[in-house]
Amino acid sequence: MSEALTFHFDVDGENFTSAGQASVQVKKNLRQLGLTPEIIRRVSIAMYEGEINMVIHAGGGMADVTVNEDTIEIVLTDHGPGIKDIDQAMQEGFSTAPDSIRQLGFGAGMGLPNMKRYTDHMHIASTVGVGTTITMQVNIPK
Amino acid sequence: MKISTMKELLDAEVLCCEENLGRHVYSACGSDMMSDVLAYVKDQAVLLTGLVNSQVIRTAEMMDMICIVFVRSKLPTPEMIELAKENGMVLMTTKKRMYNACGILYQNGLVGNRLKNE
Ligand SMILES: Nc1ncnc2c1ncn2[C@@H]1O[C@H](COP(=O)(O)OP(=O)(O)OP(=O)(O)O)[C@@H](O)[C@H]1O
Ligand SMILES: [Mg+2]
Repeated sequence: MSEALTFHFDVDGENFTSAGQASVQVKKNLRQLGLTPEIIRRVSIAMYEGEINMVIHAGGGMADVTVNEDTIEIVLTDHGPGIKDIDQAMQEGFSTAPDSIRQLGFGAGMGLPNMKRYTDHMHIASTVGVGTTITMQVNIPK
Repeated sequence: MKISTMKELLDAEVLCCEENLGRHVYSACGSDMMSDVLAYVKDQAVLLTGLVNSQVIRTAEMMDMICIVFVRSKLPTPEMIELAKENGMVLMTTKKRMYNACGILYQNGLVGNRLKNE
């Protein structure tokens, strides 16, 4: 695997039922590449949390996954409302999700901290009124 | 515990992937919050839930779970069953409520996962 592999997905913000499809596809692709179950699980959980966030908080967006020799990078970009206070959003239990989202099984304020926990690197760039870009990396051990 | 034993203990109806009833599972978790499943589950192969939507199947798939038990007679949609079939995930439904279903499985040796601070 000397050349980087890239996967691009558009994430539909109108449809909660289809949310997570990109992460399911990435999980399949990573399995085919023969990566370890541990690495695959970390990448797919982090991406799934981010994908769900784009659907419930930002009206959808884009996901780009790059598989390099030593690292997998996930970039999630949306043009949603942005995050006002990133430190606050990163705290376990902080959520602005309405009850309607909680009834669907989400909105405990665990997603962003979970994304950080499962990845080796995570960076959030967000501007209120413009959108959010989250970059995550999971290293592939030699 | 074999998945087929779970089915008997819970008097459950299997909805798909019966061919995998012989697979063994060692721990389970019960939750209606997928956020919590994603954050706290480690190696549990079974999810018991009263929540019905496609994200239940996808969450379980992300966690590498192999069986979902719907409690209180909840039924997954045909679309959810299709998603589960793609991964060979066993879906079943039981009349029992969450607390009872979990209790029965626990009592018969299917444990949960201890958190560090528990
Ligand atoms: N892409 C995004 N655009 C705008 N706001 C976001 C985005 N992602 C997260 N947020 C904000 O950060 C908060 C915390 O996100 P986090 O994923 O940790 O929790 P949650 O999505 O509310 O609940 P959970 O992830 O447990 O289902 C959200 O409630 C929301 O206010
Ligand atoms: Mg979230």
